[in-house]
Amino acid sequence: MSTETTTAVEPKRESLFSKKNRKLLTDPLDDSNPITVQVLGICSALAITVQVQQAVIMSLAVLFVMIGGNVIVSMMRNIIPDRIRIIVQLVVIASLVIIVDEVLKAYSPDISEKLSVFVGLIITNCIIMGRLEAFALGNKPGPAMLDAVGNAMGYAWILLAVALVREVFGSGAISFPGVGQVKFLPEGWFMANGGFYENNNLMILPPMALITVGIIIWIQRSRNRSLIEEN
Amino acid sequence: MAFNKNSNGYTFLFAILMVVLVGAILAFTSLSLKPMQKANAAEKKMMNILGAIGVPSERGAVEAKFVDFVKERVSIDSEGRKVGSRSGTVEAGDAEDPFNINVQKDFRSKADASTLNFPLFACNKEGQDLYVVPVVGKGLWGPIWGYVALESDMETIYGAVFDHKTETPGLGAEIKEGFFQDPFKGKKISKVAPHFEVVKGGAPTTEYSVDGITGGTITSKGVGEMVDRTMSIYLKYFQSAPKAQK
Repeated sequence: MSTETTTAVEPKRESLFSKKNRKLLTDPLDDSNPITVQVLGICSALAITVQVQQAVIMSLAVLFVMIGGNVIVSMMRNIIPDRIRIIVQLVVIASLVIIVDEVLKAYSPDISEKLSVFVGLIITNCIIMGRLEAFALGNKPGPAMLDAVGNAMGYAWILLAVALVREVFGSGAISFPGVGQVKFLPEGWFMANGGFYENNNLMILPPMALITVGIIIWIQRSRNRSLIEEN
Repeated sequence: MAFNKNSNGYTFLFAILMVVLVGAILAFTSLSLKPMQKANAAEKKMMNILGAIGVPSERGAVEAKFVDFVKERVSIDSEGRKVGSRSGTVEAGDAEDPFNINVQKDFRSKADASTLNFPLFACNKEGQDLYVVPVVGKGLWGPIWGYVALESDMETIYGAVFDHKTETPGLGAEIKEGFFQDPFKGKKISKVAPHFEVVKGGAPTTEYSVDGITGGTITSKGVGEMVDRTMSIYLKYFQSAPKAQK
């Protein structure tokens, strides 16, 4: 999670050229993180952070759909009628997700099986719609792509952090795509085998995801005081 | 821009063009990928059936193994009468082939059981006759399914595999894991109802029941229910069929 060590800069996301473009990539990791600052995409952050491998797969899927959606909408930004722009965005996202799903089913059925639950969640992911509406509609495809990558990464690291905490304390294991779950605690430690340790089942349930995200927000704001709102 | 992109006419035109275009793209993708997807699904099914009799297999090399181990594919009706049979390679287009019976679709359709056919896979592994029965049912969030292999006495469970679509990771989803499936081995299907049970996690088990998953009660019960319900139909066939021809 070393990605959060970006310098605190004022979020100025309208800038379009060279140096400022980098901010499009780094801002969403910390200062305008989609989950902890904008509090978008919370739904999927709660649902799929039980295991690290699911978080990785979900992050990759969101990265792909986000780049595709942002670039396509950005290219069409001058011809999309204002009154149906939300519908157009939704159609673009949904079509991309369906195409990804169909292609995976045909060429990589094993990954598709793991992803199956999350496909619907990608379509409803507020971050993607949020970025299309707030950024892609007003910017050129290049910056739109950077913005997509930045936000997807910002989403991904929070997801991975939460999943890591929940899997380690909830299942006593870490899982990676392609490797499966690796249990690193000795079996003898568990109470069932006469030991002293027990996995925390509460960690597996959604409330602990919310609490974990809350703790991340707390740490982030105590580090980065500019994020604290004044009443 | 020469046109007014907020006029009603343009908005309608845009919407219509978008729908037609997107519809065409999606239909094309779906149609052109369908054969591959079907082949993948059939492969997965073969892998599961082989998994139930404890034969590991990999994608790409399943079909030969399947033909090797599965000697006969039988379909029976709800009264336990044998209505069809196939052996050798699986023809994807052969609707009469018991392998191509979609038990999940039949289960969802809620059609009267008397109108349905049920597939059974008679296998032979190292000289031992084994019978694989597909089971389908409901978990907490969505469908669950599996394959239960019986020994030649048509009573003792030789092995079982289960899978699910959307059960809770870490809880109900654990029915995929070995620690849940292994205890099925050596258990028996009772001749009288309930034929088989999955009891609450940690509760004592008999020779007709296994331990469920703590925290995954509804999924565990779903597994018990589908095995019990399916076996009530297959038992009719097992009781009338001649015991393993040795």
